[in-house]
Amino acid sequence: MIRVFEQHLDEISRHGERDYPHECCGLLLGRFAGDGGKHLVETYPISNAREEAARHHRSLILPEELMRGERYAREKGLDVLGNYHSHPDHPAVPSQYDLEHAWPTWSYIIVSVRAGESADLRSWEMQPDRSRFDEEEIERGA
Amino acid sequence: MSVTITIPTPLRQFTSGRTEVTVEAQTAAEALDRLTTDHPDLRKHLYNDRNALRNFVNVYVNEEDIRHGNGPETSLKDGDTIMIVPAIAGGGTR
Repeated sequence: MIRVFEQHLDEISRHGERDYPHECCGLLLGRFAGDGGKHLVETYPISNAREEAARHHRSLILPEELMRGERYAREKGLDVLGNYHSHPDHPAVPSQYDLEHAWPTWSYIIVSVRAGESADLRSWEMQPDRSRFDEEEIERGA
Repeated sequence: MSVTITIPTPLRQFTSGRTEVTVEAQTAAEALDRLTTDHPDLRKHLYNDRNALRNFVNVYVNEEDIRHGNGPETSLKDGDTIMIVPAIAGGGTR
C-alpha cells in the first residue's frame, strides 16, 4: 500500500497533461514504513529521455538522472519508492514493456491521459518472480 | 580481487537487506556472477532469458559505466566498487 496526499496525485496528473501527447515520468520519493507500506513525501519530475519519435508511448529515466534523484532523496532523508509515468490515450494499466523493465518492491504509478485530460490513476507493484503486476492500494490523505 | 557491489534499494530484499556485498572476482561479469550465485533470486532481475544483462541494468565500476570500458569483461582491481543502477523505462502497449 502507498500512502499519498491529493497534492501528489495532482502533481502527477498535471505532469501527464503538460507532457501530452508524450509520456511523462518521474520518481516517487518517501519512506518505507515498517508495515510494508510506503509513504510518498515528494514527487520528483524528470524529463523523458526517449527520442522524440518514441516519446508518445515510451519513457526513459537515464541512470544519471536516477542517481541525481537518489542523491537528492538522501539529502532529504528519503528513499526512492518507485516511479510514475503517463499512458497517453491508454489505460492506467502496466504494459508488457513495463513488466519487462520493472523492479520489485517499487511502486509504479500510471496516469492515463485522454485527449490531454488526466483520467484514471493507479498504482502497481511487480511480483518478486516478475510474472505480473498486482494493483497496489492507494491510501489518500487530506 | 576483493570488490564491493552496492545493491540498489529494490533488490535488497534478495540480499537479506544488505546494502553492500563483497565478492572475489577478476572482471565485472565474474563479480555479478558471484553475486547472483550467492543470491540466486537476484539473477532474474539482472539477466534476461538469454543470460545477458537486461538492457536497463547499468553497471558502473568506480562510477564509470562498463559500456564505456570493456563491457562485462572490464577488469577489476582490489577495492573497486561496483554499482548496479537501473535506467527506468515504461510505456504503453503500442
